[in-house]
Amino acid sequence: MTSQVDINKVTVVALVENEPGVLNRIASLFRRRAFNIDSLTVGRTHKPHISRMTIRVVAGPEYARKIATNLEKLVNVIDVRVLDNEPHVERDLALIKVRNDDANSRNTITEICDRYPARIVDVGPKVAIIEMVGTEEILEEFIDEVRPTGIVEMIRTGVVSMGRGTRIHDTNFTRRDLAKIQDELSAGGNGNLI
Amino acid sequence: MKLTGSEIIMECLLQEGVHVMFGYPGGAILPTYDAMTKYDDRLHHVLVRHEQGASHMADGYARATGEVGVCIATSGPGATNLVTGLATAMMDSSPILAITGQVPIPAIGSDAFQETDVTGVTLPITKHNYLVTDVRDLAYTMKEAFHIARTGRPGPVLVDVPKDVQLAQTEFEYPEGEIVLPGYHPPSSAEESEVSDALRLIEESERPIILAGHGIMMSGATRELRELSERAQIPVALTLLGKGGMPEDHPLVIGMMGMHGEASANLAIQEADLLIALGMRFDDRVTGNLKTYALNARKIHVDIDRSEINKNVRADVGIAGDLKTVLLQMLPKLKPKSNPDWIGRIRDWLEDSSERDILNYETPGRLLTAQVINDIWEQTQGEAITVTDVGQHQMLEAQYYPHQRPSTLLTSGGLGTMGFGFPAAIGAKFGKPDEEVWAIVGDGGFQMTLCEMATAAQENVNVNIAIINNFFLGMVRQWQELFYEKRYEATPLFNPDFCKLADAYRIPNRRVTKRDEIADAVQFARDIDGPTLIEFVVEKEEMVYPMVPAGADLHDMKRRPKPGEG
Ligand SMILES: Cc1ncc(C[n+]2csc(CCOP(=O)(O)OP(=O)(O)O)c2C)c(N)n1
Ligand SMILES: [Mg+2]
Repeated sequence: MTSQVDINKVTVVALVENEPGVLNRIASLFRRRAFNIDSLTVGRTHKPHISRMTIRVVAGPEYARKIATNLEKLVNVIDVRVLDNEPHVERDLALIKVRNDDANSRNTITEICDRYPARIVDVGPKVAIIEMVGTEEILEEFIDEVRPTGIVEMIRTGVVSMGRGTRIHDTNFTRRDLAKIQDELSAGGNGNLI
Repeated sequence: MKLTGSEIIMECLLQEGVHVMFGYPGGAILPTYDAMTKYDDRLHHVLVRHEQGASHMADGYARATGEVGVCIATSGPGATNLVTGLATAMMDSSPILAITGQVPIPAIGSDAFQETDVTGVTLPITKHNYLVTDVRDLAYTMKEAFHIARTGRPGPVLVDVPKDVQLAQTEFEYPEGEIVLPGYHPPSSAEESEVSDALRLIEESERPIILAGHGIMMSGATRELRELSERAQIPVALTLLGKGGMPEDHPLVIGMMGMHGEASANLAIQEADLLIALGMRFDDRVTGNLKTYALNARKIHVDIDRSEINKNVRADVGIAGDLKTVLLQMLPKLKPKSNPDWIGRIRDWLEDSSERDILNYETPGRLLTAQVINDIWEQTQGEAITVTDVGQHQMLEAQYYPHQRPSTLLTSGGLGTMGFGFPAAIGAKFGKPDEEVWAIVGDGGFQMTLCEMATAAQENVNVNIAIINNFFLGMVRQWQELFYEKRYEATPLFNPDFCKLADAYRIPNRRVTKRDEIADAVQFARDIDGPTLIEFVVEKEEMVYPMVPAGADLHDMKRRPKPGEG
């Protein structure tokens, strides 16, 4: 069903078990249900058996909720939240390799970087790598400014998000009996399994 | 005590109350077959002739009993042969557990002999699946698999067990207590506000109708459904898989809805001011064109799967919960109500459509499928478990065999899997040995899994096969007649002599070509304790009406022709 809600980017955050194949299950779900995903990032949390995903969708909140209810059906997905109106911090990181072979472009780049939370992390005679962190919008803006000097390579991590304040998105689960968790524990690995 | 992985599988099956499993051996599952020798007295293995048959048998068993059906196959081709059965079970929420052998762990990923990424292949067609990589995880995984298969919205679960895990040993202890999974919490009851919202809509309605689906059976809510319907005088339309959810001779049951549903049910839906959808999912075969579907109606939708709510049809009150629990929350506060005008109106439609019933035709020398189904119904006093295949005969079964009890019509609804009927009937009979079981199959679909006649004969399963032989892929031919100007490409069938085929399998059989032979043949089949086959040679070019063409408005039905017209 299409919704009348204005089409915007919505963020869905999911806590998932850090198990082989989980990303595959989620990717398969998106493909199967023909969900249109703008970006998806996965990373570890402070608990080694739990990963966290940030999924950005170009859609109304209703669509995001549809994605959430489908994600929740996956056994390895522990908890899903739609960051709708909730105030949250979001960050995207880009590594941008730019042309750096004349004084003019060098100056332009330094000048642009000074105005943004961007750093030049590698400089050579021909190219430099800029690291830029910020919201998706600021990144877009920054990239547009840098583009004329000549981007030769670029990678973005995709957005990660976290709700502001004391709204904690975490889970307290332990999977019982699983041999590999026991092994990890007995190997002195991650004692913070709760 | 230390047991091997294979023995652990057997022990877990016993712990879960399994008595029968359907399977086919091969290299990667051989250790488990070897372990079976020690469990022969408690766990019966049914050797099928094709793994697809095993998956449908497990499914038929599950649908008939509500318990988890178990099938077993080897790695690679054995496992891929289960795929159709898993997809079928997934679409119809049937709890089955598939155990597959896998190449030994060190060989995984090397394109070893008979290696297939089975968890990858079956990922979208199972509720969940596992690749067990440590024998110490096996018992827990098995318990989890059963739990996931049978709880919430049930579905197929696959456990892939590498050969070396089957051989490895570990201390066996069946995990005690409830399974707690961090990411798996099927909803149960409704919020109080949802209950009162639903009750308010019911009170305010003048033309309410209940749409009862498969969930009624799976939640065991037949009594609650009936009470809701009777107390508030709400007519009940059934989905194909909802048949039997309320006795079909009940005056408030107005028939099956959807593409080949009764005109009365479909018209009632389009005229209703309230739909109360219970354990059904607004499949496109049920709604027709969504843009014109039940436009006058507010909707209450109760389903155990939250993602079904607002998926196809927007709910005014959407309740994710176990149907029986939710109805039990509603019933104490439900005020009695009557809707005589509304019910009268539906009655008129009902009479209008049954008047054209082809049962009343005089058809000397010809046999119509509806007559066959009707007469089987009469002979079996409407009490048999019927398991259909897919096609015209399936829809005619649904129209002409009224079911009184839950889970007595087993049919592949969501996937529409030809080849399902006969093996599923074998599975159903294993699950319900005291019930009379009929497989009602088309000449096309039967040929997809007829190799299981050998299984039926070897096990002497008392299943009666009724082949509705129209020498056509009838349902496809019907579409060709209606929408492709009768260009019968690839639908006429050159069939074997089904009776001779049955003879070859040593299955007693009859051929019926006239109506007055039906009763006798059906009785012949019922009298034999073992598989039987009756071939009913019916009209070649029958049509199933009413029919809502795919994508058309639900009220835009092609009606049954008047006698003499068709
Ligand atoms: C496995 C599979 N292949 C193809 C179809 C498409 N299909 C639906 S009904 C039908 C014809 C069935 O013919 P038959 O078994 O003779 O039954 P009839 O319609 O004649 O009663 C076909 C081919 C299907 N449902 N399943
Ligand atoms: Mg046919």
